[in-house]
Amino acid sequence: MRQTGRIFDIQRYSIHDGPGIRTIVFLKGCVLRCRWCCNPESQEYDIQEMVVAGKKKIIGRDVTVAEVMEEVMKDGDYYRNSGGGLTLSGGECLCQPDFAAALLRAAKENGISTAIESAATLPYENIEKLLPYLDTYLMDIKHMDPVKHEQFTGKRNDRILENAMKVAKSGTHLIIRVPVIPTFNNTPEDIDKIARFAASLPGVEEIHLLPYHRLGQDKYTGLGRDYALDGIEPMSREYMLSLLEVAKRSGLRCQIGG
Amino acid sequence: MNFDTSPIARTKRIERLLDAFYSAKPEIEAARAELLTESYKTTESMPEVERKSRAFEHILAGIPIIIRDDELIVGSTTLQMRGCQTYPEFSYEWLEAEFDTVATRLADPFNIKDDTKKRLKEANKYWKNKTTSELATAYMDPRALRAINHNLFTPGNYFYNGIGHLTVKYWEVLCTGLEGIIKRAEDGIASLCVGKEDACKRRIFYEAVIRSCKAVINYAHRYADLAEKMAGSASGERRSELLKIAEVCRNVPEKPAKSFYEACQSFWFVQQLLQIESSGHSISPGRFDQYMYPYYKKDLDAGIVTRESAQELLDCIWIKLNDLNKCRDAASAEGFAGYSLFQNLIVSGQDKNGRDVTNDLSSMCIEASMHTGLPMPSLSIRVWNGTPHEIMVKAVELTRTGIGLPAYYNDEVIIPALMNRGIPLEEAREYNIIGCVEPQVPGKTDGWHDAAFFNMLRPLELTFTNGYEDGELVTLETGDVTKMTSFEEVYEAYKKQMTTSIALMVNAINAIDYAHAQRSPLPFESCLIDGCFEKGLCVEEGGAIYNFSGPQGFGIANVADALFAVKKLVFEQKKYTMADFKQAMADNFGKGLTALDAEHMVKAVCANLKVDGKPITPEVVRTVYESVVASKKLSPDRIKFYEQMLEDIEALPKYGNDIDEVDYFARDVAYTYTKPLETFKNPRGGIFQAGLYPVSANVPLGKQAGATPDGRLSGQPIADGIGPAQGRDKLGPTAAANSTAKIDHMIASNGTLYNQKFHPSALVGAKGIDNFITYLRTYFSRKGMHVQFNVVSRETLLDAQKNPDKYKTLVVRVAGYSALFTTLSRSLQDDIISRTTQANTF
Repeated sequence: MRQTGRIFDIQRYSIHDGPGIRTIVFLKGCVLRCRWCCNPESQEYDIQEMVVAGKKKIIGRDVTVAEVMEEVMKDGDYYRNSGGGLTLSGGECLCQPDFAAALLRAAKENGISTAIESAATLPYENIEKLLPYLDTYLMDIKHMDPVKHEQFTGKRNDRILENAMKVAKSGTHLIIRVPVIPTFNNTPEDIDKIARFAASLPGVEEIHLLPYHRLGQDKYTGLGRDYALDGIEPMSREYMLSLLEVAKRSGLRCQIGG
Repeated sequence: MNFDTSPIARTKRIERLLDAFYSAKPEIEAARAELLTESYKTTESMPEVERKSRAFEHILAGIPIIIRDDELIVGSTTLQMRGCQTYPEFSYEWLEAEFDTVATRLADPFNIKDDTKKRLKEANKYWKNKTTSELATAYMDPRALRAINHNLFTPGNYFYNGIGHLTVKYWEVLCTGLEGIIKRAEDGIASLCVGKEDACKRRIFYEAVIRSCKAVINYAHRYADLAEKMAGSASGERRSELLKIAEVCRNVPEKPAKSFYEACQSFWFVQQLLQIESSGHSISPGRFDQYMYPYYKKDLDAGIVTRESAQELLDCIWIKLNDLNKCRDAASAEGFAGYSLFQNLIVSGQDKNGRDVTNDLSSMCIEASMHTGLPMPSLSIRVWNGTPHEIMVKAVELTRTGIGLPAYYNDEVIIPALMNRGIPLEEAREYNIIGCVEPQVPGKTDGWHDAAFFNMLRPLELTFTNGYEDGELVTLETGDVTKMTSFEEVYEAYKKQMTTSIALMVNAINAIDYAHAQRSPLPFESCLIDGCFEKGLCVEEGGAIYNFSGPQGFGIANVADALFAVKKLVFEQKKYTMADFKQAMADNFGKGLTALDAEHMVKAVCANLKVDGKPITPEVVRTVYESVVASKKLSPDRIKFYEQMLEDIEALPKYGNDIDEVDYFARDVAYTYTKPLETFKNPRGGIFQAGLYPVSANVPLGKQAGATPDGRLSGQPIADGIGPAQGRDKLGPTAAANSTAKIDHMIASNGTLYNQKFHPSALVGAKGIDNFITYLRTYFSRKGMHVQFNVVSRETLLDAQKNPDKYKTLVVRVAGYSALFTTLSRSLQDDIISRTTQANTF
């Protein structure tokens, strides 16, 4: 419980990231640099300053597992009544594997469900540390083409796809999520390929299409960075529904949003 | 599951009735005031109860009646849909003073014809020195009157209007008919022992009951005649509908209801005519799904009604509930904004033996609110540990429409809260809700809920000014705060200011109570409340079995945050002094003087001049004003100092974020109101009990409160309900609910109010609904008493402000009730928008 790690936010009453009512703990630091990332302040491990609503705000703090759990367990009865619990997000929680594992373990000791949102870009050893305490893995598969993947996220996808297969084979409940980004992966062909891959993973039953949104745009300004997707409009609901139909051909349960 | 929650289609008739509703503009009519006055002029020698019954008889015999197109349930108080009558016997001066502005005011405008003004002026002449409000003023202690003038509390509701706020025995009228009640009264007269000390008064009461019931029967027969006459010139389906209406009105409410249709019509006449007898609002149908169910079930089994035809009748009643209207004075209209009559109708819950009694009608009542989308009735649902999930889903489907209904009430808190007031378990289990959020036992209670608004910020201000305002002592001297050396000393001074202010309020409320007993005993209402027959007394005279007075305190969040700031910054961190806080409040934290601040300062200086024997002329006042304004030009350093101070206050923990230290302090602050209050008694033999809710008065009464140490600026809205102050809850709905549940709701047996705004995205799909239900049930398992939701996006509300015509039908939850958004004043609209939206974007 004295294990420390670096987080930048705790968000309660989250209902789109795993079953039931959940609290998301956002860990700081990521190996990818996705152009559309709606939490750009999550990417650097270092503690940063960001301007929020005209005021400077310190992003990132070092906390112990005990401190995080005290906050998380304030909603303990909501989790128990809804089958919810703790979700680790980021950043990439696999960048702090010991801390992440300790948080998940503490959650299991408190009898609540656990989940992570992760892009699986790190060595499988990091993932393995978490698996004994993990109920649901919400894994991003952003693109099947390694080159395009690298172009938009900074890294190839080979390891992600390997890890996906390993996690699936480990028997952990795995849900595949696709951030659907115009100019990157929003053609029916892109979605079709990802959905087929997801369907090929043993035990995977679900895929979520997460439509691109611009809610993170102001944060780029707040960090003094340019927003690479400036001018790109979110897709219409009708278009998303058409992609949903494409995804359904894989035979998986499909939904828009988490 | 022994009930059906599946949807039922809305009929064309309901759509047409709704169209007519939306195209009607509220208007004031004069007939009732004229008939009342005519009668009163001829009955001056008679006892008051008899006069009331004769006036009621005269009004019901003469008031114009109308059957609107497409109506199946009839009985309209005004010729115009959504019109209102006036009630000069309670008060009238305000309306005459507002004749020229009532049509154009922002909150709840009413049209009024020139001819109506003339007729009302003529009728009102008679009422000079005869109203309940004048008598109440006469009863009031001068110190209580002064406290009202200083806006410590606002007892305007019953000061100027009838009381209402009860649930009568509708079920008895359905079961025995008014003829059964007349029979009881006749038996009462027959068994009078003439020599007994109260025999003369009893006889008058029973006679007044008989006269009133016969007046109602006669009124129903007028409708039967009218329907027959209209049938003569109608054709086809409408002709048979009118003939049916005639047949129904010929039978009920005089005789027992033979069918579901008759039960609906009988219910409606009672509901409507209680509101013609007096101008009281919050006359609440209560457990409608329970007392109507036997009639529905019988007809359904016999094939007389279908689910669809019964639903249409319910929908018709729902529209009638919105047809009734009431014009309040401009200030009260802001406090009760949205044309609401607060007719609270509650479904589900337990019976007296503790079994769940959710039935088909529970669901159909929810369906009716979906079909009509109107603010009335104030639909509520009782929730307990055994409430079936299916009815919760149905309720949340209504919540999801964004209409702000239903309100959810927690049996697990309310039943013990009522038992703590001496009500037996079986009766407590039968509770319903009055008006906004006030629990009570139906048919047995005169709760005097809503007796006054008590602004908890005002005693806080008086703590800093040693009880003085405008140069006079308003409450009591509790010492110079700048000399206080511990937080306990400050808190003790606040508690004394509270106790004194509460006593002053009790005096004012009891004065009004005496005035109603003397000038407004209401025999029709009283014959439908248990206890009155036995005692031979009207409700207003203490006839009911259970009697309470329930004034509502509000501002807990602000006071808790404010005192917490003083505790931390002055006595723990020692960053600021008490003098800094006192000055900051006087300087409005450097954000400029409001008109309110300037007025107080000018009054204070003038009062001192007067003491010195100086004449107060307009010139003197102007000079004083100019010097006050000049003295408040602050140096840039000072302004900077205040900016820093506001930042330091902002950085402190705030109520609403699930932080035990400040939340449990808020619990204690709430006790400064709830505990002293319950030691007081009312003239009807009952006690005072606290409510914790502001209706919508947190906005207008915020304008009457200066800056407070929580960083709230002068004139800004006060926190809504028992929820966190606007925008200060930053950790989402569970944290806010957890904080709110840390207040002791059980002691606030006159009701607590928790408004929660949700973004529609949080309620998407079956999963959204399930999580929402879990959220609600968990709040209740933590002993929250009530919660209601606004589910509408900020963007929608902003757009509605810009394009009101597009949003004529947009209903939002204001505070314990729902209102059409575009009819609310701009400031209240802004307040609703500023309440934190609990959004989960992605």
